[in-house]
Amino acid sequence: MAGVAGGGGGGGGNDFQWCFSQVKGAIDEDVAEADIISTVEFNYSGDLLATGDKGGRVVIFQREQENKSRPHSRGEYNVYSTFQSHEPEFDYLKSLEIEEKINKIRWLPQQNAAHFLLSTNDKTIKLWKISERDKRAEGYNLKDEDGRLRDPFRITALRVPILKPMDLMVEASPRRIFANAHTYHINSISVNSDHETYLSADDLRINLWHLEITDRSFNIVDIKPANMEELTEVITASEFHPHHCNVFVYSSSKGTIRLCDMRSSALCDRHSKFFEEPEDPSSRSFFSEIISSISDVKFSHSGRYMMTRDYLSVKVWDLNMENRPVETYQVHEYLRSKLCSLYENDCIFDKFECCWNGSDSAIMTGSYNNFFRMFDRNTRRDITLEASRESSKPRAILKPRKVCTGGKRKKDEISVDSLDFNKKILHTAWHPTENIIAVAATNNLYIFQDKIN
Amino acid sequence: MGEEEGLHQTQLLDTMFVRGLKRKCFDGEEDIEGTLAGFKAIPSYNLQRQSLLDMSLVKLQLCHMLVEPNLCRSVLIANTVRQIQEEMTQDGTWQMINTQSAGQTSLDRLVSTDILCRSSKEQAEGKLVPVYSTFAKDCEGTQSQDNSEIMSTVTSPQVPRNLQSNMWEMENPQENRGNFQKSLDQIFETLENKSPNTVEDLFSEVDNSYYDLDTVLTGMMSNTKMGHCDLETFPSQTSANSNSNCKSDLNELDHIVEILVES
Repeated sequence: MAGVAGGGGGGGGNDFQWCFSQVKGAIDEDVAEADIISTVEFNYSGDLLATGDKGGRVVIFQREQENKSRPHSRGEYNVYSTFQSHEPEFDYLKSLEIEEKINKIRWLPQQNAAHFLLSTNDKTIKLWKISERDKRAEGYNLKDEDGRLRDPFRITALRVPILKPMDLMVEASPRRIFANAHTYHINSISVNSDHETYLSADDLRINLWHLEITDRSFNIVDIKPANMEELTEVITASEFHPHHCNVFVYSSSKGTIRLCDMRSSALCDRHSKFFEEPEDPSSRSFFSEIISSISDVKFSHSGRYMMTRDYLSVKVWDLNMENRPVETYQVHEYLRSKLCSLYENDCIFDKFECCWNGSDSAIMTGSYNNFFRMFDRNTRRDITLEASRESSKPRAILKPRKVCTGGKRKKDEISVDSLDFNKKILHTAWHPTENIIAVAATNNLYIFQDKIN
Repeated sequence: MGEEEGLHQTQLLDTMFVRGLKRKCFDGEEDIEGTLAGFKAIPSYNLQRQSLLDMSLVKLQLCHMLVEPNLCRSVLIANTVRQIQEEMTQDGTWQMINTQSAGQTSLDRLVSTDILCRSSKEQAEGKLVPVYSTFAKDCEGTQSQDNSEIMSTVTSPQVPRNLQSNMWEMENPQENRGNFQKSLDQIFETLENKSPNTVEDLFSEVDNSYYDLDTVLTGMMSNTKMGHCDLETFPSQTSANSNSNCKSDLNELDHIVEILVES
């Protein structure tokens, strides 16, 4: 069975298959709400994989060094650090709880031995430093080995403390807390290519921060109307351009994307570019606007394209062409006839994310029933795979899945009405250079990798 | 939230909305009978559309009961409601509902949108109950719904505006927080400085339209459950918007009562 080509090696034409590698998380049928994974992100090298959950915790996995005796098997990801990033808070003035759910994690590029990441809940962004300690000093002059202070009069000679190895300890400490800048719920954070600033976006505003400064942020986009009665559109996602530190985009609930240049004015309410696909009048319905709402926007690694995810499709846009996307991929078109039911049970408001592979030749996004979809931009082939415990044997090849839309259901196909809409894959991540993907299925994290034929 | 129910419940609705069947707009000059004939030709579309409208309004009401509603979801649902109401206004369905005699079905249809306008405090105090009980008495013969269900009959296209003003206001405490804080500060200041003998006086200093301290605090406590940010609805110094909305609702209510009583 042909898979989807991708990865750093580049080039279509290499047929390969996806295999199960690992799964993290409890197997229980009863899933605790706090354990539901709410964000997944590889760091710049791909050696670290971070997840955030609804309970405000961050778990970081590290890839083990490759085993020379088994050159064909890649390094496994094992737990590196776990910490409580955000706690539930109570806003006394509004009498409202602030959820501790981690909405997004973004890594900073590594500059020294320590690792830094930004994690955010609805209101507060935190900069965490994750550092290793594998040595400790022994032979202090002023204190004993157990820490007790030595009596100065007893000290008769001076010695130089020596460093001795110890068991590896990974410490996470909050270095900055960026709070009180958002009235509405934060949906995105994005680190700038200058490595000094980052943006945070909520439903109506986007703020620009300096990583060193926590008591001030600049408001660069504000779409709040003077009269809230006139509110008809909100910001849904935002991201900095990967190379141009003055350029960022933000998407809206009306299916539009605005590209802004921070050099043109301090308040970027006027966009430089406006991306919108004209509506197809033949498919217009009362749900047209809802399904056009963009849930995620991601620049390609090259910076030439950006990808948007709406309810039923993924679109690739050329930054030089505003009037329509260059590619459109249907994720689960069979749901179009079920929109009313999906509106009733609120599934129509689910926010799916999308991601590029390292070479921008393939894209991936999630669906229902623990299905996720991958599209090869060169060969135009697509594949549907499932993250399930059944296909969780080591290096087991994933079998492509198919949803039957009507008529006779073939063997191994699943009908639309049998799909489990509680099993949704909203968050996926692709290793920056290799064909390794991380897929979050409720409280479990699946890691799959390729197996070259 | 009912996801377990699967897709079976609204399959009928689904087939209706597959291609967004849209009827042509009726010319405004066509008479009512012509419109009725048109309705008879495609009765189920209207029914499905009404059902979608009702579902959306229920969702918005539920929004208000959550701790802090998702703004994006609320905006999308409100836009859907507005879309439906615009279409209904265009093809005359909206007018029809207003001028129909007060039958059971029409009152059922008139969705309790006022619940979205009223603050939780007013609900708790039942401030508007006197008006509603009159309304209920007039309609006793025509239907058997109890008072709590006959909330309002705001049916004009103003509804979306009312919906939104109070929905979004909830998310907008910053401006009003200062005003509320000032008023509270005033009270606490006078409490500190003056002797207990002048308790009467210190409340007389407070703006008359301001509720007394007990109801202020009750309002704040009830916010936890209802999710309304009542800071905006304290009429004295807060935005005139919410105040005037409630007033206009009452005016319309009187108007509707008149129509129903006359017919």
